[in-house]
Amino acid sequence: MAEITLTKKDFTSDQEVRWCPGCGDYSILATMQAFLPELGVPREKIVFISGIGCSSRFPYYLETFGMHSIHGRAPAIASGLTISRPDLTVFVITGDGDALSIGGNHFIHALRRNVDLKIMLFNNRIYGLTKGQYSPTSEAGKITKSTPVGSLDTPFNPVSLGLGAEATFIARTIDSDRKHLTGVLQAATKHKGSALIEIYQNCPIFNDGAFDSIKDGDSREGALLHLIHGEPIKSTTHAVVRKADGDLEMRALSEINEADIVIHDAHRIDPTYAFALSRLSTNDHVLVGVFRDVARPSYGDLVHEQVDGVIAKQGKGDLATLLAGGDSWEIS
Amino acid sequence: MSKTIVSMDQVTIRFAGDSGDGMQLTGDRFTSDTAILGNDLATLPNYPAEIRAPTGTLPGVSSFQLHFADHHIQTAGDAPDVLVAMNPAALKANMRDMPRGSTIIVNKDEFSARNLTKVGYETNPLEDGSLESYKVHGIPLTSMTVGALAHLPLSRKEAERAKNMFALGMLSWMYHRPTKATEKFLTAKFSKVPDILEANLVAYRAGWNYGETTEEFSVSYEIAPAPQAKGKYRNMSGNLALAYGLIAGAQCAKLPLFLGSYPITPASDILHELSKQKKFGVITFQAEDEIAAVGAAIGASYGGAMGITSTSGPGVALKSEAIGLAVMLELPLIIVDVQRGGPSTGLPTKTEQSDLLQVMFGRNGESPVPVLAASTPTDCFDMAVEAVRIATAYRTPVFLLSDGYIANGSQPWRIPEVDSLPDLHVDFAKTQENFQPYARDPKTLARPWAVPGTPGLEHRIGGIEKANLTGDISYEPANHDFMVRTRAAKVAGIEVPDLVVDDPDGAEVLILGWGSTYGPVRAAIDVLRESGAKVAQAHIKYINPFPKNLGEVLSKYPKVILPEMNLGQMAMLIRSEFLKDIISFNQVRGLPFSTTELVEATLEVLNG
Repeated sequence: MAEITLTKKDFTSDQEVRWCPGCGDYSILATMQAFLPELGVPREKIVFISGIGCSSRFPYYLETFGMHSIHGRAPAIASGLTISRPDLTVFVITGDGDALSIGGNHFIHALRRNVDLKIMLFNNRIYGLTKGQYSPTSEAGKITKSTPVGSLDTPFNPVSLGLGAEATFIARTIDSDRKHLTGVLQAATKHKGSALIEIYQNCPIFNDGAFDSIKDGDSREGALLHLIHGEPIKSTTHAVVRKADGDLEMRALSEINEADIVIHDAHRIDPTYAFALSRLSTNDHVLVGVFRDVARPSYGDLVHEQVDGVIAKQGKGDLATLLAGGDSWEIS
Repeated sequence: MSKTIVSMDQVTIRFAGDSGDGMQLTGDRFTSDTAILGNDLATLPNYPAEIRAPTGTLPGVSSFQLHFADHHIQTAGDAPDVLVAMNPAALKANMRDMPRGSTIIVNKDEFSARNLTKVGYETNPLEDGSLESYKVHGIPLTSMTVGALAHLPLSRKEAERAKNMFALGMLSWMYHRPTKATEKFLTAKFSKVPDILEANLVAYRAGWNYGETTEEFSVSYEIAPAPQAKGKYRNMSGNLALAYGLIAGAQCAKLPLFLGSYPITPASDILHELSKQKKFGVITFQAEDEIAAVGAAIGASYGGAMGITSTSGPGVALKSEAIGLAVMLELPLIIVDVQRGGPSTGLPTKTEQSDLLQVMFGRNGESPVPVLAASTPTDCFDMAVEAVRIATAYRTPVFLLSDGYIANGSQPWRIPEVDSLPDLHVDFAKTQENFQPYARDPKTLARPWAVPGTPGLEHRIGGIEKANLTGDISYEPANHDFMVRTRAAKVAGIEVPDLVVDDPDGAEVLILGWGSTYGPVRAAIDVLRESGAKVAQAHIKYINPFPKNLGEVLSKYPKVILPEMNLGQMAMLIRSEFLKDIISFNQVRGLPFSTTELVEATLEVLNG
């Protein structure tokens, strides 16, 4: 195969980018455009499918195939595409409202089937496009246009939800951290099957500063506990340890022994470990990186195995034989 | 004893029993044997609404009606000549359809005091004289079946289960049906359970022998084969024909078939059938819901497959937004709507034509979608091929309407030669400079089908209004006006065959039908013409767009009668399109029209 020498520019479409100034989506887009050349997949084999919401404009800005579909349905549409066209690399671009509210059903079913989709969930914990209502990831008590005295809903934890839906790959990253986001994209695109990437994304208009506590230049080294397979889970100030009763907890480094820090195992088949990790983050200390990365055949591969298996056994279908059936009679 | 053989030109038999009695299978087998004998036939299964209602109760009654004749027939018959009732519930549930003088064969063993009470019979109808004006045969079907199987190592319950085969054997003797095919069928079906196979074969033969030897029946009947065009035939139900038509259509278009579907009565059999046809490369995807089913089909079409979704009315309601997306994307898509009684959950197992306005208009915005309607079980095949033609040639979603009546009903089908099927091949867009995803074919107004994987065609599409040619997002007022009109013009310009009018006598009254009313209307026309009445018939299968000559046809007839299994939805379309008054004849009983009621309604117009 001829070497593909594409650059970020080759993946940048001619469309004017129209997010609000300061939106976290800009940096995610720039990171994606810079990442795609290293993916080594030709442009025409890459498809971005989005739903509705601010983030769902994403496909317009990439010089690949793309579809800006309808609210919540991107995983369903993308499933049909990737199952019938396993040669393509298909990304789903979605937000917290799109994936977890109106499209919750498609989201969980895509994950449990392990359809070969890379689902990028831009989580800004607010409805941006409809101008500022609370979302299914907004913290309880959130004051918004539709909840003037505070929201009553308990929020979803997208990582926990994904694990409950049998996801084989789940990671969390941050819009402004290009290096980390790129690393997660590398891991996700190597994974066969569904990959869920939760991206903390700042909405400067309706939920500004939602992630400031973990982005602040001075404190971020302590705020972010990195999940790296085979390495201790820790930041410069905190770490994850196992309690005497077996539960995991987050503790200040000053209170524990280095030796007690949990060594991350992203490949553990039992999802309870990853689930325990998913419950540890606080407003000030957040686990980022790959929570879970386990191998399971992708749905599309299984579909084609079945079809190919039947053809190998019975031969290709013959229309005349099908139409004739086994119970016909002749009138002469 | 030699028995009299009487020749008849047609018979309608209804098999009725508990839903666990195997009446659908019994009916199916009698139908197959009848088809092999060469009679023309039409069938009407009637399923209970409940999956397994308590044994012996009225809600648990399942029936199968078969009309067969030595001439061409159109419907499963208005009223049965013969009722086979396996228990008191089956008798009670079906008596209102039985004309006086008709034959009733009952399983006498089931007429116990307990079973009679269960369905509200205060006295035994076999003994209280209430059936005096019918020819009643009380046969101990259960005990004779058990007796015939006494030599086999079966429990009593297992032996009893073969009583439907005893009944089938008896009726097969009575109407001179060939038996080889049913024996072959049973042998294949029960090949892994030799005792059960033996039980069914023995019961079937015992039923036949009983008919021949008993003094209960002194007469048997012959119905000669019907004259039919030369060719190879098989019996065909609407849902199976539709599934085959989709496979054939996809093959004619050289496209892989992808079905996204969510189980729903009465459409699920299409999903079942297509899931069996993997050797044709068919992919079936049982989605998490109706929306995902159509979404996945759209995704597959985007990738260059023939994306299809199959459902019924409630499913269409859920799919509406996605169908609107397909209108905007201008991609091929087929939505099969096997209609049932509505609104809401309605009557899942009963037929109706009440989704017409939903499929025409049930979307936001100006959202034109072609609509086709199959007229008979076997026509489902042809119309499915047509749906593929229109969806692919015009890059548009297409609705294909069927309904519970023709989906489950069956008739003989002359198997088409594969060579006679149309070439539906369409080209995908090829690599080119300055590709424009919304440039159009000047003739069809179809936009290019540019599938991912084609170098140089990278582009973005979506539900937001598209700029003409480039397909970029556009909020331009004039562009939206242009695109709305262009999408409408594309659908309006779809080529469909002219309406055929059958009018040998120069009639003044036209009976206009659409969809599954074809059979009942045709049967009524035959009766009316035999009685000397002048009536014309025309049948609409292309609803959007209408055939080009429809207006002209309507203008020729002072009176147009339009029977529909709804409250006048097609009449509304025709009135608004052609300013033509229509005499509507409507019923929504969940059943097809009877020939008699259509004849009476037409006579009223003719004489009025």
